[in-house]
Amino acid sequence: MKQAISINVNGVDHAAEVEPRLLLVHYLRDVLGLTGTHVGCETSICGACTILLDGQAVKSCTMLAVQANGSNVTTIEGLATNGDLHPVQEGFWEKHGLQCGYCTPGMIIAASQIIDRNPNPSREQIRHGLDGNLCRCTGYQHIVEAVEYAARKASA
Amino acid sequence: MSKYVGKSIKRTEDPRLIKGLAHYVDDVRLPDTLHVAFVRSIYAHARINAIDTTEAASTPGVVAVYTGKDIAEKVGPVPCAAALPDLKVPDYRVLATGKALFVGHPIAAVVATDRYVARDAADLISVDYEELPVVVDCEQAAQGGALVHESFGDNIAYRLTSGEGDIEAALKSADKIVSQKMVHQRLAPIAMEPRGVLARYFPGEEELTVWSSTQIPHLLRTQLAIMIGIPENKLRVITPEVGGGFGSKLNVYAEEALLGWISIQLGKPAKWIESRRENVQATIHGRAQVGTVEVGCKNDGTITGLRYNVVADLGAYHQLLTPAIPTLTGLMLSGAYKIPAIQMNVTGVFTNKMSTDAYRGAGRPEATYVVERVMDIVAAELKMDPVEVRRKNFPKADEFPFHTATGLEYDSGDYEAALAKALNLSGYQALRAEQAKARSEGKLMGIGMSSYVEICALGPSQAMPAGGWESATVRIEPTGKVTVMTGASPHGQGQETSFAQIAADELGVDLNDVTVIHGDTAIVQYGIGTFGSRATAVGGTAVFVAIQKLKEKAGKIAAHIMQCDAANVSFEAGKYSRQAASAAAAGTSEPSVPVGEAPAGALPEPQTNGRTSLTIQEIALAAHIAKELPPDTEPGLSATYFFEPKNFTFPFGTHICVVEIDKDTGDIKIVKYVAVDDCGKVINPMLVDGQVHGGIVQSIGQALYEEVVYDDQGQLVTGELMDYALPKASQLPWFETDRTETPSPVNPLGVKGVGEAGTIGATPAIVNAVVDALSPYGVKHLDMPVRPEKVWQIIKS
Repeated sequence: MKQAISINVNGVDHAAEVEPRLLLVHYLRDVLGLTGTHVGCETSICGACTILLDGQAVKSCTMLAVQANGSNVTTIEGLATNGDLHPVQEGFWEKHGLQCGYCTPGMIIAASQIIDRNPNPSREQIRHGLDGNLCRCTGYQHIVEAVEYAARKASA
Repeated sequence: MSKYVGKSIKRTEDPRLIKGLAHYVDDVRLPDTLHVAFVRSIYAHARINAIDTTEAASTPGVVAVYTGKDIAEKVGPVPCAAALPDLKVPDYRVLATGKALFVGHPIAAVVATDRYVARDAADLISVDYEELPVVVDCEQAAQGGALVHESFGDNIAYRLTSGEGDIEAALKSADKIVSQKMVHQRLAPIAMEPRGVLARYFPGEEELTVWSSTQIPHLLRTQLAIMIGIPENKLRVITPEVGGGFGSKLNVYAEEALLGWISIQLGKPAKWIESRRENVQATIHGRAQVGTVEVGCKNDGTITGLRYNVVADLGAYHQLLTPAIPTLTGLMLSGAYKIPAIQMNVTGVFTNKMSTDAYRGAGRPEATYVVERVMDIVAAELKMDPVEVRRKNFPKADEFPFHTATGLEYDSGDYEAALAKALNLSGYQALRAEQAKARSEGKLMGIGMSSYVEICALGPSQAMPAGGWESATVRIEPTGKVTVMTGASPHGQGQETSFAQIAADELGVDLNDVTVIHGDTAIVQYGIGTFGSRATAVGGTAVFVAIQKLKEKAGKIAAHIMQCDAANVSFEAGKYSRQAASAAAAGTSEPSVPVGEAPAGALPEPQTNGRTSLTIQEIALAAHIAKELPPDTEPGLSATYFFEPKNFTFPFGTHICVVEIDKDTGDIKIVKYVAVDDCGKVINPMLVDGQVHGGIVQSIGQALYEEVVYDDQGQLVTGELMDYALPKASQLPWFETDRTETPSPVNPLGVKGVGEAGTIGATPAIVNAVVDALSPYGVKHLDMPVRPEKVWQIIKS
């Protein structure tokens, strides 16, 4: 029995009828074709699927699409404004905060939340804020530097 | 000359990745795609008496169900490319036939119109299992007991002895012999993108395209052609974006062949995306050795000989390189030292577990761990500083090329320089003073080091199962844009950028005019792939030499157009110039071929008339229009080169790690980490740092957190990231990195490779630090992962 949902994604309203069991990440990827949000573990550990739901970073692999009914969602595709990179995206590019890039969209969303909450985070606070996101390539150090760059840039 | 090489250039591949616009396999969308789900064995060893697929097959949306019986004779076995004397190679079918030999062994495949339906239907398949005795522990497997493959009569896949020198005499000549058993636990590579395959068959053209998350597109194409039985020139392998590999995608897997075969059967695209649970069960694991090292030393610390007797846990089957991995351990047992006699005796055994194979470092981390632990054990035994034992046994910088008793020729090195730099950077003497003070206050602080050597740039074809060369084609298009095609297959290392740096510098063009293409067998000439820290040293060299060939031709064309001898043409900053003397002699004249009226829409004619200098991009246009070419010159401007290296390269370095241990909890905190690496010439320092950081963290994972655990029934206990502990950002220290630079004589770029340095060099430094911290309790060795409970028990006992 499908259910009608309406979700605003990256500023655009979308209405669909979906199976109640459809995961939010699959709704974004398979129904809307926004494949920037990745699936890495299906258990909320790795954070590759992190999106913003009404401004809060959440893991879209362990949430149902129907639970997001009526919400505003921001995915990695919606982070840049008018073609300008978000400061966190810029930081990741400047500081080599990514290698294979698979964890990157979730990492960038989580990092944007860190500086939203704390415009001037310490390295320890950044690391703590990234604990819900796993990266197997970078060893995190360049990611921490990317977030520091973004924080400086955002508050400049 | 060098505008880009040696500089920290931002990566050209990043924009698509940071915007979420890159395409990994699951992001490639084709109409009418069918989705595949697998039924996998829930037992480590069981006879499959029957498989009831009736209910699954009649589920709406299910298109087909296949079991081992359906395809046993139709798809060839999963290949093993490693050749060893008397190696036992089991018949590894793409779906289990008769018996399942490990948890996760694929038994049936369900094909449906939707991935949820495929998964539901897979759950409706009922398998009648008859449990059989299992063998999980590799040392027990070596002794006998339950058999993984009954027909072999035992669980021994092979035995191999390697090394040079009279080991018995060497040990006899020692003042002391120390011996230590060491466990290199099983690890899971855990690329953040699990494996995935999309296959599309075109029935009219009889062509199959396979998108796979792999490190070896061309080798995969060859193997899949054999397995599926399709002509290799009708098969195209595309590796779109690949989300990490670490060796786990340097392989040929059952699922890759199955998906291709299924797409051919059904005439539609078929996709399978590995779940993380499947990834931990059925993607290769790494390490998994249990060995005992004996080492002889003189009272002054000189090592006289080293013997390593090891059992390697191969798992149930051989994947592509499974049995070969421990042989790399044997090659690297000399470490950074002069050891006159070395012997490794390896026994590779079958167990009811997933296969082991190449995981970042692939056999070399085990060797480095053995050697670098031994150095500390010897130092403790002789009451020497670990630094002095290492220094005592280093070859000097002028002793290179250096022959080891493992049969290698180390290309170049200055081990003392890297050590000295690391000691200096870490403030080693001050750290020892701090440690003495901490101890006097009852605190636990440890300092560990590792002076490693790794074998990289794999490698000469003589030493490789499927060729050790790499290829490149460099082409300048009529519009002056440069296309570089590499047979390497980068998946995060950043060679789209570093190869563009090489090309832009060598051709004197803007970096943005260069595009690097890889990972599509229909576009790129045959190549080997990315693994073994080879892409830049072997693949980058191929790019470099191809460019020299291209420039040779461009120079001849330039001379012809400028009407002088090629010898009188110089090339600088992208421009061929006629030298002044020859310009005066030749004067200026009309081009040899009169240029007619250009029709509308024709390429812009190069304005060559009377010119004394031309850019290489203008020459590219002239080469394509082909009206002013020297005699016997082919039109176009491209060159292809296949580079065969004469030797491996041997990067090295010293890492120093400082830990503090909480006496109440056993918690280990790394408070300082210094890495001085020498990977030869550096193309892009920022990318090198990234490789080093990532490698060290995988080492920290092995030293402190990670372990694939099977219980005594062969059940996988660590089957998810909830149980398999990857390092997190907050658990890590700030890495201080530095470098020495000893160019490799093996290739003209002088590069050595750095992809595995961290995972090879760092693990023993961390464990040495923990052992050092716990030495007041009489601890001489601890097996990995050194988890807090292990430490806490030592402190409390």
